[in-house]
Amino acid sequence: MATVTAIVPRTGRAGLLGHLAVRKLLLLTVAAAVLVPFAVARWAGGSWPEALTVDLSGPLAGASDWIIDNRDSHPLFLYFFGHVSNVVVVTVRAVYLALLAVGWAGATALAGLVAWRVAGIRLALGTAVAFLTCGLLGMWVPTMQTLALMVVAVTASVVVGALLGLVAGLSDRMNRVLRPVLDTMQVLPAFAYLLPVVLIFGIGVPAAVLATVVYAAPPMARLTALGLRGADKEVLEAVESLGTTSRQRLLTARIPLARKELLLGLNQTIMMALSMAVIASVIGAGGLGDRVYQALASVDVGAALAAGIPIVLLAVVLDRVTGAAGANLGQEPRPRTHWLYVVAGAAVVAAAGRLTARLEWPDGWVVPLVEPVNRAVGWMTDHLYSGVPVVGGTADWAARFTTWVLDPVRDGLQWLPWWSVLLVVATLAWLIGTWRTALTAVLAMAAIGVLGVWEPSLDTLSQVIAAVAVTLLVGFATGIAAARSERVDRLLRPVLDVFQTMPQFVYLIPVVALFGVGRAPAVAAAVVYALPAVVRITAQGLRQVDPATLESARSLGATSTQQLRQVQLPLARPALLLAVNQGVVLVLAVVIIGGMVGGGALGYDVVFGLAQGDLATGLVAGAAIVCLGLMLDRVTQPTERRAQKGA
Amino acid sequence: MRRRTTSAVGGAFALALLTGCGAADMTKQASPYANAKGARTVNLAVQSWVGSLANVAVAQYLLENELGYRVDVVQVDEVPAWDALSQGRVDAILEDWGHPEQEQLYVEEKKTIARGGDLGVTGHIGWYIPTYFAEQHPDLKSWKDLNQYADRFRTAESGGKGQLMDGSPAYLTHDKALVKNLELDFKVVFAGSEAALLTQIKQFAKEKKPFLTYWNTPHWLFEKVPMTEVMLPPYEEGCDADPAEVACAYPTAPLQKYLNADFAQDGGEAADFLKKFTWSTEDQNAVSLMIADQKLTPQEAAEKWVDGHESTWKEWLS
Repeated sequence: MATVTAIVPRTGRAGLLGHLAVRKLLLLTVAAAVLVPFAVARWAGGSWPEALTVDLSGPLAGASDWIIDNRDSHPLFLYFFGHVSNVVVVTVRAVYLALLAVGWAGATALAGLVAWRVAGIRLALGTAVAFLTCGLLGMWVPTMQTLALMVVAVTASVVVGALLGLVAGLSDRMNRVLRPVLDTMQVLPAFAYLLPVVLIFGIGVPAAVLATVVYAAPPMARLTALGLRGADKEVLEAVESLGTTSRQRLLTARIPLARKELLLGLNQTIMMALSMAVIASVIGAGGLGDRVYQALASVDVGAALAAGIPIVLLAVVLDRVTGAAGANLGQEPRPRTHWLYVVAGAAVVAAAGRLTARLEWPDGWVVPLVEPVNRAVGWMTDHLYSGVPVVGGTADWAARFTTWVLDPVRDGLQWLPWWSVLLVVATLAWLIGTWRTALTAVLAMAAIGVLGVWEPSLDTLSQVIAAVAVTLLVGFATGIAAARSERVDRLLRPVLDVFQTMPQFVYLIPVVALFGVGRAPAVAAAVVYALPAVVRITAQGLRQVDPATLESARSLGATSTQQLRQVQLPLARPALLLAVNQGVVLVLAVVIIGGMVGGGALGYDVVFGLAQGDLATGLVAGAAIVCLGLMLDRVTQPTERRAQKGA
Repeated sequence: MRRRTTSAVGGAFALALLTGCGAADMTKQASPYANAKGARTVNLAVQSWVGSLANVAVAQYLLENELGYRVDVVQVDEVPAWDALSQGRVDAILEDWGHPEQEQLYVEEKKTIARGGDLGVTGHIGWYIPTYFAEQHPDLKSWKDLNQYADRFRTAESGGKGQLMDGSPAYLTHDKALVKNLELDFKVVFAGSEAALLTQIKQFAKEKKPFLTYWNTPHWLFEKVPMTEVMLPPYEEGCDADPAEVACAYPTAPLQKYLNADFAQDGGEAADFLKKFTWSTEDQNAVSLMIADQKLTPQEAAEKWVDGHESTWKEWLS
């Protein structure tokens, strides 16, 4: 009977929703009937009217010149940015020298022992193996450089994020002010703010760390605020009744109660920071990312992979260890003496390494990975690119996809009169949310027109739509398979991990080798990147469907397909919607990379801005991507969830 | 509220004390990875093409093995590299293709960058078609002949027009304007990175397909995929002054080295060595090919070249 009770309220709500939707549509039609004739009469033509654009290139070029002229003399740089920059250099250097001083054996032992202390023996072994693999790939020194950078960047992100989160968690007003700021920080493509950061700090480590902080601090801020707001009211009242001051309450009750969220925030921040490691190499961050980027210059997939694997390993290890630390929170704390063992053990190994003069990774201990990988890639492109019997080669697919999907979508979007695009956006956003959602979406879309990048933005939008469609098709299918079979799930997990953390630069070349230069490889790269999240969310959503409901459907004689279609999928609807939303956001994050394989449009403009030091082109395109992101988010994310997301 | 302000001020004060209170000169800041073992370090900028990698690899090998320096290589695009050079984040760019605006600003006005002389390699940018296609169609010689072949160069990406491929956004290009001003029935497709363009060219060459691409000499790719230049209207001084009006070929220029001004003065042996570093196009291509095609690491390629060309590099050290 559980099926019935589950379905009844749904139909009830659908009826209500239907009624509401009709009212909203009616209102919109009236508004359109009044506004559209006016707009058409005033500004004829399909594309965004020239009269409604603002040219920012003059002021932006002026700002960039001012920075270059005053960088060596203005007090703002001498007494503020200069010190920030110095502190970053000094701390990164200190961590790096410390890592070199303990040697490879010491560093491996330390990492393993810390993992053992917080996450148990299995992860400790995994961590040690991961570190040794980095050495075996011949990447020890770059790995230590990246690690040093990460330690500093993550620490800074956590401090900044926690402070912001604290403010937002304690004050409602600040929470409202900070939310759009955090949204922007997360949607703004990292490439777009590399340039201003470089202008101020110059290329190198300080700029890389700063850019990473901008990117990685928001999740920490959000989760801190969420944790503080979510603290159990009764506990707080009890503490208050003891006559504590507000600071005592914060330190003894609210923060400890938010421990789980804080740890999750740390986890998220680490992952975001690592994903910046490669992007930051474009501005001279050094380390592993730099190796990946340099390998690209000679079109050497093997070498790029050799540097990419340590990044994946670091990400997986850090994710699992911090995740396990979060999961173990509720349990009884282990005796403090364990930390003593950790320090002592690491010290012994490091000292042993020192005494035997084996601080550097031995040259001979390197596994040749580059050649076999390049051979494999060569084989793949030789045999799959074209002329495969019956199905045709990947190049043919790409050409057909471009001609039959990408071109019509793009041309269609660009053919639509600008006001009708706004109308469509308004309708979609209003149907799924409130009038506020609709207003934000429309304003975001209008801002794109005002910035003067309407055409390229619609080009980018068409690529995003195509990529999201492919991602959802493949992602839902895979997610359903994973949810229904334990074995598929187990097999998929490491694959998804790798896809999610592998720096996108690594698959730039294979993607071009398979699909040629153009928009098709850009879509392929985006799909690879966005797929794991969609698969994960879908599988989890399906699996969380109430087992009792499923059981009763089975007892009523529903076949496996019926169960899936009539019970699991409808009940997992919120999860599926979230998957759509995440798919959109992640695809948009790869738009820049798409620009590097021939995707053109906004992605290319951002890369162009960075390469030519052209602040106007780069920043305007970056801002347009943000607006697209904002619009797409509003159009795909139901209001209930946004309320839930809270901080 | 007041207490919070006080603590903020206190914190700022503490930070100021900690960092030495005075002005912080961002122009005197080296990489945190430099001098890790007390060695003298030189920072070299490298760009995303292999020729640049070859210069840097050989310079690095000699600096490390003959002069006892430690070399840090920083991957950075050309225009940001000039900026980095002016700030002293890198000490030298070994291969510059000509950036008049930056030269004017940093070399002439601010004097933070010093000229380092010729690299010895002459650079040329142009439009190229694969030689196998040029041989089949000997009448395709200049831009005037391109329109009648436009449909042969068509791809899914270029729509109804022929495809002219361009590479990295860091390249010096006015191909879009050229196509428009010369009234060519072509569409410029930006591969977005040299790596992507290279991969695509190799893929086309494997199938003996026609293609038209922006490319530059010297480049190791010519050894793998022989290409023939399609002539553009001849270059004249100043004909490319207005990027929107340009309708002529790219200039041919001897590639230049640039050093950070302070480094050029006080860089000792390393600076002297980098100023003397000049080699031929063939030398550079030999090293490039080892890196890009035989997949040697830049270090291995440099070592191989150095072993066979002692007379060339001995002069740089004298």
